[in-house]
Amino acid sequence: MDLSEIWGTVFSFEDYAEILPLVSNSLVAGALLGLVGGMIGIFVMLRDMAFAVHGIAELSFAGAAFALLIGSNVVFGSLVGSVLASLVLGLMGAAAKDRNSIIGVLMPFGLGLGILFLALYQGRSANKFGLLTGQIVAVDTVQLGLLAVCSVIVLVALVAMWRPLTFISVDPAVAAARGVPAGRLSVAFMVVLGLAVALSIQVVGALLVLSLLITPAAAAIRVATNPVVTVGLSVVFAMTSVVGGILLALAGSLPISPYVTTISFLIYLVCRLIAWSRDRVRHSETLAAQAA
Amino acid sequence: MAASTQPAPTAAPIHAPEPVVKLRNAALRFGDRLLWDGLDLDIAPGEFLAVLGPNGSGKTTMLRTLMGLQELSSGTVNVAGKPATRGSRLVGTIPQQRSFDDNTPLRARDLVALGIDGHKWGIRLKRKAMRKRVDELLELVGATAYAERPVGVLSGGEQQRLRAAQALADNPRLLLCDEPLLSLDLHHQQAVSSLIHRQACDHGAAVVFVTHEINPILQYVDRVLYLAGGRFHVGTPEEVMRSEVLSELYGSPIEVFESNGRIVVVGMPETVNHAHPHQGA
Repeated sequence: MDLSEIWGTVFSFEDYAEILPLVSNSLVAGALLGLVGGMIGIFVMLRDMAFAVHGIAELSFAGAAFALLIGSNVVFGSLVGSVLASLVLGLMGAAAKDRNSIIGVLMPFGLGLGILFLALYQGRSANKFGLLTGQIVAVDTVQLGLLAVCSVIVLVALVAMWRPLTFISVDPAVAAARGVPAGRLSVAFMVVLGLAVALSIQVVGALLVLSLLITPAAAAIRVATNPVVTVGLSVVFAMTSVVGGILLALAGSLPISPYVTTISFLIYLVCRLIAWSRDRVRHSETLAAQAA
Repeated sequence: MAASTQPAPTAAPIHAPEPVVKLRNAALRFGDRLLWDGLDLDIAPGEFLAVLGPNGSGKTTMLRTLMGLQELSSGTVNVAGKPATRGSRLVGTIPQQRSFDDNTPLRARDLVALGIDGHKWGIRLKRKAMRKRVDELLELVGATAYAERPVGVLSGGEQQRLRAAQALADNPRLLLCDEPLLSLDLHHQQAVSSLIHRQACDHGAAVVFVTHEINPILQYVDRVLYLAGGRFHVGTPEEVMRSEVLSELYGSPIEVFESNGRIVVVGMPETVNHAHPHQGA
């Protein structure tokens, strides 16, 4: 395969207009998931739970692989896996230190189970690969319905918990004094996070969920401090990554996840650059002020 | 550890008004470790009570009791005439200074706003009214200049002013402070403690101020509650900060001097002889 052939595999816009209507389902799902990922990512950052997201994703993968093996609904299997994992983490690992060790134990176990189920599975190998690296273009109307319902549940729950969850995440001492039930909120958040992880796996796969649940929020936090702006940017970044990734993937014959991860990574890089140059300006202004 | 300055106010205030805090025969123990027992204490409106004692003597636990986060082993605790309950709007809290992560996506004003309505469900809807309220509070504590700055870049002293703004938001009847001056420079220590004192004298709030170091607040303190080794002593600073009293509380010889308006305590043991020390307060 020479370079131009590789390029042709990555990007080829022939027949683009004909393909586009066929994937409108995926685009809707992608936009919804961008909204979910961008919003919940802020809390993942605030609560320092990147590792938990990764751990839940591997158990979600095990659930999905099992569903695939027994010929059941893969989205459903992945939801069951991640909600179970997040309940275990939410109930057992209240302290960050405990949580990380529990995740470290659960994660390889989940991944191992998933690989076992896939090894036993006799069907198309593309299905297997899709669980790890994303498969949204294959979303049918039934699955789209399930995705949409779960997304709405996640969004409603997040909006309902927004203020007290922010409070216990950034300011636990005062929140406790104000009577905010931190324990129950944390468990509730874990369950919601589990749902969001299961949804994201349908787009980017179990290995790459962080690109949807962490990267956009991390990028937004770099450039904004106004909370409303931060959430808005995070959502825009996540949606751009998913929808842009799907559109670009149509032009080639590759899975969509490399496009999604690359876009979200580039956005993150740009945000870091902006933050860096702003800090430099601020720093030199401070120095100038001190010199004056 | 050293403690206090200046001739402090005279005797305990006369308890004509209904006390804000009423502890009756209060006891607290964790397993076989006794923090205090038989504690009867009334704190009047406008009274400034300093709570002193070594680590693990139950100072912070005392605050948690008043917040309704910790149940007494026996006895009763009333705040404003009712049993202490968590999340009471009559109680404001200023915690120890704890740095925020550099990248916390909150500005100074957002932190204050959370202190006002962070316990409510959903997202904030009346943004304009809240903005006005927060502006007033920032002005009150002298934090207007950095209202828009991210909390992660603020100094400890600046953050504690925001804590004061949060705590004063509901014009509390009882203000609980857990070592609010720890790790602040002298200038901010004075600013924050005078804010707290103002709430007591202008608005009649009762203040319970947990501290290791009485000197920065000595001029405001009406009474001292000294906890050590499962025992306690209550009285004016002159009554409590004496060699005999502290020696008896700690069970080892301690000397208290007054020097230049400051109280200096010499011979403070690393541990207390009577209880199981160093278990965290």
